[in-house]
Amino acid sequence: MTVVERVTAPAGAARPGTIGTSPTRPDGVAKVQGRFEFSSDLSADGCLWGATLRSPHPSARIVSIDLSAAWQIDGVETVITAADVPGAMHYGLIAQDQPVFASEVVRYVGEPIAAVAADHPETCRRALEAIVVEYEMLDALLDPERAIDASHPPIHPDGNVIRHQRIVCGDRSATGDVVVEGTYEIGMQDQAFLGLEAALAVPDPGGSGVELHVATQWLHEDRTQIAACLDLPVESVRLVLGGVGGAFGAREDISLQVHTCLLALRLGRPVRIAYSRAESFLGHVHRHPATIWMRHHATSDGEIVKIESRMVFDGGAYASTSSAVLINAVTHAQGPYRCPNAVVDGYAVRTNHLPCGAMRGFGVVQACFAHESQMDKLAAACGLDPVEIRLRNAMRTGDPLITGQPVLNVAPVERCIRDTAALPLPDTPVGGFPMEDGALDVMRLPGGAGRTADRTDIVRGIGWGVAIKNLMYSEGFDDYSTARYRLADGVATLKFATSEVGQGFVTIAPQIARTILGVDDVVLDRIDTQVGSAGSTSASRQTWMSGGAVDAACRTVRERLFEHVGRTHDVDPLRLVVDGTDLVDTVSGWKMPVAEASAGVVIDETVEYRHPATGELDENGQGNCHTAFAFVAHRAVVDVDPELGLVKVVQIATAQDVGRALNPLSVLGQIEGGIAQGLGLAVMEEIIQVDGLIRNGNFTDYLLPTFLDMPDVVATLIEEPDPHAPLGAKGVGEPPCISSTPAIVAAIRDALCQVDGVGKPLERVPVRPSDICL
Amino acid sequence: MTTTIGDGDHFSLHVNGIRCEVTDSWLGESLLDVLRDRLGLLGAKGACEQGECGSCSVMVDDVLVCSCLVMAASVVDQPIVTIEGIAPIDAPSDVQAAFVEAGAVQCGFCTPGLIVAAHDLLERLPRPSETQIREELAGNVCRCTGYGRIIEAVQQVAVRRAGGGS
Repeated sequence: MTVVERVTAPAGAARPGTIGTSPTRPDGVAKVQGRFEFSSDLSADGCLWGATLRSPHPSARIVSIDLSAAWQIDGVETVITAADVPGAMHYGLIAQDQPVFASEVVRYVGEPIAAVAADHPETCRRALEAIVVEYEMLDALLDPERAIDASHPPIHPDGNVIRHQRIVCGDRSATGDVVVEGTYEIGMQDQAFLGLEAALAVPDPGGSGVELHVATQWLHEDRTQIAACLDLPVESVRLVLGGVGGAFGAREDISLQVHTCLLALRLGRPVRIAYSRAESFLGHVHRHPATIWMRHHATSDGEIVKIESRMVFDGGAYASTSSAVLINAVTHAQGPYRCPNAVVDGYAVRTNHLPCGAMRGFGVVQACFAHESQMDKLAAACGLDPVEIRLRNAMRTGDPLITGQPVLNVAPVERCIRDTAALPLPDTPVGGFPMEDGALDVMRLPGGAGRTADRTDIVRGIGWGVAIKNLMYSEGFDDYSTARYRLADGVATLKFATSEVGQGFVTIAPQIARTILGVDDVVLDRIDTQVGSAGSTSASRQTWMSGGAVDAACRTVRERLFEHVGRTHDVDPLRLVVDGTDLVDTVSGWKMPVAEASAGVVIDETVEYRHPATGELDENGQGNCHTAFAFVAHRAVVDVDPELGLVKVVQIATAQDVGRALNPLSVLGQIEGGIAQGLGLAVMEEIIQVDGLIRNGNFTDYLLPTFLDMPDVVATLIEEPDPHAPLGAKGVGEPPCISSTPAIVAAIRDALCQVDGVGKPLERVPVRPSDICL
Repeated sequence: MTTTIGDGDHFSLHVNGIRCEVTDSWLGESLLDVLRDRLGLLGAKGACEQGECGSCSVMVDDVLVCSCLVMAASVVDQPIVTIEGIAPIDAPSDVQAAFVEAGAVQCGFCTPGLIVAAHDLLERLPRPSETQIREELAGNVCRCTGYGRIIEAVQQVAVRRAGGGS
């Protein structure tokens, strides 16, 4: 197998830039100098601006659209609606149910109706204002339960239930000595990447094709959907990755791609569209708000006997990935714990809210907040502490999920918990250390300087969260990544279509090549659709999948190089290995630098890497639907002012199952960044909709964690290389944001319980001041 | 030296030591839009348009500002320093180098603003405490890193400038 190379090497022995070291990002210097080109920085000669007209209503019939006044504005080059879509009228990642432009009805506030192209963004704005749309209001479906009970007429031809899936496992009548239950709510979170949606479309002469530069998570999937809507052959639509300013799931769906291409092809001129922050909140999918009822049965000593749950996920107006998000939620209901019996019922429904889809954690975030809240209730009911209840039930390699699927990956759940518990608690006193002059450091108080928390009121709490997360795609999806490696006259060039969204695949891909092939300098070719699909940068999958493809391509090239050297130097190729930057004959000890051996040689290999096939779930939710799993534990320490409802997260400790850290600094970056987003969901971030209207679609009212909100993070990487992973490395992006949220909420509960011995249930995230103090 | 605003759409700015003529602007345009769309200086980024995220941070007359909140025509007499003026391309500043080395950069969209803000911080507070770093940089939002590596980078620079390292 491939996993043992570095693990057996002494620490610190790795050649710089290879696997296990932390070389700097190849795009790092350009980024710190402001020279890195993000998609919003792109333009072209003769480029026009595009803009999108959006519905102000959550549910209405379009009676008429009058474009005449917009056409008459100087500088307006074209105005398009659904009537101008030459191909498929709908797109979507799983079901093609979302119109390119609404033509008969609008189903959410922000749904696109028309687009304009003009000489300046201000001209575009005036043109949009000049378009007159007459609406007939319809009764909006805003209560997910009404989608389930069919008391509201269908708001879409595909119906109001996007997916219903139950899981029945073991003895459904089993009961436990101890029973705890709760109903948990998770608010709608926004990915809030900083780099707003932007794209540049350049049409081919004669309109025979188009090149789109866009910030996206999956170039090839975009291309498939775009080509269908444009009625062009797929190969006539070429996508190039525009610099991506973060993604977190929000760039998995189409937003402005088709509109930009339509405008450019219509005019035969380059067109760029760039969303504002307000438009971005409307223009991409969000994390599903969910309501989860959960009941745990356990023995009196805390062993889980059965889990019952009902989960309702509000998918908003269009399907996006709701059906897959739901499956992640129901199949992760047990958390990282053994559970012999279960009855789980899950719904993903359609409403006239903003569409929801992928966000980091993908359904497991919601399930985890419920199961971890339940574990604390169970601990209290059994008289155990939160760590002990989790250790008692911790899943191990080989244990089955409630779907019947055995967890075949390394499953170091117990170690995650114990290693987290072993990390030091913060040494800062409640309210922080005084400053040098002895004064109170108000910035360390809950609420900071702008509030009036009194240090004597503050209570410190500790809470736990532990999670399991599936990696890669599920349910039979043909999930693969492609990589091309070209070794030409000593120059190594890697090409892949893997979206670099900030996670650092552009750093680890050359690390893999240096390790496998003994080269030092690796050239990265442009990331575009001129090579096979890499799949999506999502589901914590690219290190495993595109990393696996790069690894396989490098190994194939290496074999070819061995054959070449065998022929030219009369050596048995089977005896050759790469050691550092040398080719070495393991028998004779003869060696030659790889650079010298590859002089005058051209070897060019393209390889597709696939993970083992997965299966469907049957009607009882049984089946091996997932590919692989990773685990993590979080311990949160918070200071709470119970009078004012203010929270200061003081520290997060975490031990994460990473398999093998290919680039430890990048892993740490994923851990800290993911925890920040988990903290956001715990105490800050929620998109508020009232009657289907977003009320806080801006960064003044949608609160993101800042430097002052983010606590110290102490982390341990658990490196038990996974034999199923091509490089032993598990995906690390999602776990940090999953159980950090329930850990923080549990810590708040713990603090409040110390105040009056009772506390507050806090069954909803984000926790608001009023939930604490009222 | 003083530039008066003539016919309403022609003025000049002093950016990174260079006098830049702005000929096709309208008076209400933000400094951010003028830098990006009129002068072609794309280093400052727009991400919130309301001064909440700091991605557009630049120095105006030695004061750190969100350029999205400053009317370009109101700063015609004041020296402006953008990310492009922080250091030569072939000689990144100590702050820039530390950000790259410490892992403070992921997607990089917040980075130019943070580099400008970190330089400003270290000019005013050469030995900032961790709380001071957090407070001073709290106007710059990063969605990728969780801030830990950025704090590390700033601390490294402070130590090195104080002679604590090479």
